Amino acid sequence: MAQPFSWIKPEPHGIHILPADSWVDPSRAVPHALVTHGHADHARGGHGETVATPETLAIMELRYRTGAEDDLGEISHKAVPVAYGETIRLKGGVDATYIPAGHVLGSAQILLEHAGEKVIVTGDYKRRPDPTCPPFQVTPCDILVTEATFGLPIFTHPPIEDEIAKLLKRLADEPDRCVLVGAYALGKAQRVIAELRRAGHVAPIYLHGAMEKMCRLYEEHGVDLGELRLVSDYKKDDMRGHIVVCPPSALNDRWSRRLPEPITAMASGWMRVRQRARQRNVELPLIISDHADWDELIRTVEEVNPYESWITHGREEALLRWHQLTQRRARALALVGYDDEDD
Amino acid sequence: MERFAALIDTLVYTRSRNTKLALIAEYLRETPDPDRGWALAALSDGLDFPAVKSSTIRNLLKERVDPILWTLSRDFVGDTAECASLLWPAPEDETRHPPSVAEAVEALSAMTRKTAIGELGRLLDRLDPSGRYALLKMATGAMRIGVSARLAKTAFAQAFDVSVDEVEEYWHGLAPPYPELFDWAAKGGDPPDTENLPLFRPFMLAHPLEETVVSMDDYAAEWKWDGIRVQLVHAGVGEDAETRVYSRSGDDISATFPEMVDALDIQAVLDGELLVRGTHQGGEEGGAASFNALQQRLGRKTVSKKMLREAPAFVRLYDVLQWRGEDLRALPWSKRRARLEKLIGELPETHFDLSRVVEAKTFEELAAIRESSRGDAIEGLMLKRRDSPYIAGRKTGLWYKWKRDPLLVDCVLMYAQRGSGKRSSFFSDYTFGCWDGDPDKGADLLPVGKAYSGFTDEELKKIDRHVRQNTINRFGPVRETEKELVFEVAFDSIHASKRHKSGLAMRFPRIHRIRWDKPAHEADRIETLLAMVRD
Repeated sequence: MAQPFSWIKPEPHGIHILPADSWVDPSRAVPHALVTHGHADHARGGHGETVATPETLAIMELRYRTGAEDDLGEISHKAVPVAYGETIRLKGGVDATYIPAGHVLGSAQILLEHAGEKVIVTGDYKRRPDPTCPPFQVTPCDILVTEATFGLPIFTHPPIEDEIAKLLKRLADEPDRCVLVGAYALGKAQRVIAELRRAGHVAPIYLHGAMEKMCRLYEEHGVDLGELRLVSDYKKDDMRGHIVVCPPSALNDRWSRRLPEPITAMASGWMRVRQRARQRNVELPLIISDHADWDELIRTVEEVNPYESWITHGREEALLRWHQLTQRRARALALVGYDDEDD
Repeated sequence: MERFAALIDTLVYTRSRNTKLALIAEYLRETPDPDRGWALAALSDGLDFPAVKSSTIRNLLKERVDPILWTLSRDFVGDTAECASLLWPAPEDETRHPPSVAEAVEALSAMTRKTAIGELGRLLDRLDPSGRYALLKMATGAMRIGVSARLAKTAFAQAFDVSVDEVEEYWHGLAPPYPELFDWAAKGGDPPDTENLPLFRPFMLAHPLEETVVSMDDYAAEWKWDGIRVQLVHAGVGEDAETRVYSRSGDDISATFPEMVDALDIQAVLDGELLVRGTHQGGEEGGAASFNALQQRLGRKTVSKKMLREAPAFVRLYDVLQWRGEDLRALPWSKRRARLEKLIGELPETHFDLSRVVEAKTFEELAAIRESSRGDAIEGLMLKRRDSPYIAGRKTGLWYKWKRDPLLVDCVLMYAQRGSGKRSSFFSDYTFGCWDGDPDKGADLLPVGKAYSGFTDEELKKIDRHVRQNTINRFGPVRETEKELVFEVAFDSIHASKRHKSGLAMRFPRIHRIRWDKPAHEADRIETLLAMVRD
């Protein structure tokens, strides 16, 4: 009999499923890839065949060249959609089931089953409700491959309602200015907009050009974002007293000069640390994250209760320490290419 | 405390100086005594609670959370107080009764080393995360929230429409929570009485000359001596008479230099450079030892007889602010200088001499003199406008410092450490080394210095990335890197030192350029640095 779990191997460029010769979230082009979600550090173009949820495939289509062109300029890429709850049989007798991860639209944990052994690769996930995607589902397994982006006990994300209220209060306090919210273009921006709508904010929300297509894609997948306008279509004065959403990189960019005295806000889990907010010149920090905070990470390990945890990226040392303190098995994987500063 | 905590939180995220001033002024106007006085003291670094140190917080937190998780968190946050405020486990009981600022100050003052851990914990239990942050920042002194003491005083002046110069004048004679100051400024009472106190007067400071060219008709030049700038103050009569030595920041360092306290018994305020006797700076005529020699005497609370004999201090006078009760600060420099030249005769020559005026008819002539000063180990020149009064702070156009060009060597990055404050989480403190022989024949690098300035924010990000990608070893917050990156390091001088493995210590090292292009084996060798030593 083979060694337990010898069919799955973490390597620097991704998690290798040996019998299927397939990779989960590989950071370089491979013939066969399973992708958890559309963020650039997990999804990339150039694979021969990509297995992902239909939403993730749509996102990848929009953001990356999913396939490589051959000599005739034709794309040889094959996209294989798998809906939540659906199982697909890979080569070598490996079953892959896609389960909601609650991170962004289309995000999935991938349950891999082979020879009676179960491994879940969570990709990125959170446990809080999010109007833009179905919630994380706790699924029993032997090995849980978890992220640790916010894997330090200092990270507790406050309820999103509080942060949205803070944003709306500042907007009301300074009606002659606008609040410019830096938010990651895939996921965070749409979640913030959807939460603003949920809080009763019906006024139009202005978008940086780079946000538009992804917002439209979300709308096509049934996420209602209310009235959205492009900054470039309007005059400075039109935006007084309104919310403008842009990618974090545009916050301190010349682009923002066209806005009426913007109050710089940023929606990110890193905003929990004051000095991080100061480094980015943020005046209004909004602690809003699409990743699990410390309590969610440890609650997830407790609820899934795996035989062993594999920790992929982020602050793995602290999460390892927690496993040690609670007598749980864990190991840190040295994967390259995961960008832990995005969120 | 909630109002103060809210102020601190807002200040952290406010960048505009005017907005900061307005926020603090509003707080000072609207908050009752004595809370506002304590808050003002906290903002201007005027509070000191000897029993509460960073280590107290560390020890307290290690009782409540796993020490390893604490260390990892502290390393990430880069600030002990902030990390503790985030990690503190909130008590089950939600009724908090937060203390007032005055109550918190009273509790902090009453703590002893023994009781501090327990008492501090009880205070933290009564506060929310923002309150905990404000309390811990206040308790450990340095706030580091982008508010300088000067800004706090300016906000005070703005709040009550008084002159900030007057505030500065009274400030050093008063103690928190400054009831006299508020009585005068906020309630229209009499100004504080500080006549007979040996008060510190804020120094007049210089700007770097850089590209500016000045006319010697308007400016006088003096050597810039490499000691520590001090102010000597003698005030009071009879039994109340007292002499104090103040450092540049206004710290009382009288105990470190008792010979200077004894040397002045005339009511006066004098400005000069404190030096140790020797021949290193400016040869026999210069009469001063290197800064290295002076350093042996700094930071001591008591001084041995041997030390007084072997490294006697004296003050080379630059200026006179007050003489026998007469305030001279409004006079032009040339008049003050004339007075200084006359009054030096009344001071003991064993402990005082005069900073010589460097004679030059033209700026070019002065430049030539400056060029030739390297061998004399003098730091550079000072240029002072002949008609300028003595004004606190750094007013453009009045005083310039014209340092010698720095010495430059190419060093290799060896270790990097995370910074704190604005640079928390970035690897921003660098230890670099030079080759102890021929690197192609297997010579090693020996550390020769540390620097954490001289690069832009963009460069910092790039170096930070380099450190993360080239780490070969971790020692707590310190990373050892591949020996690949070359820094061109600038420094003012280099001295023999027993404290360092290389036997060398640089003065004012800073990163001059980052040589991404230069291979590490082409960096300088220890022998090159040894040849630069002028001890």
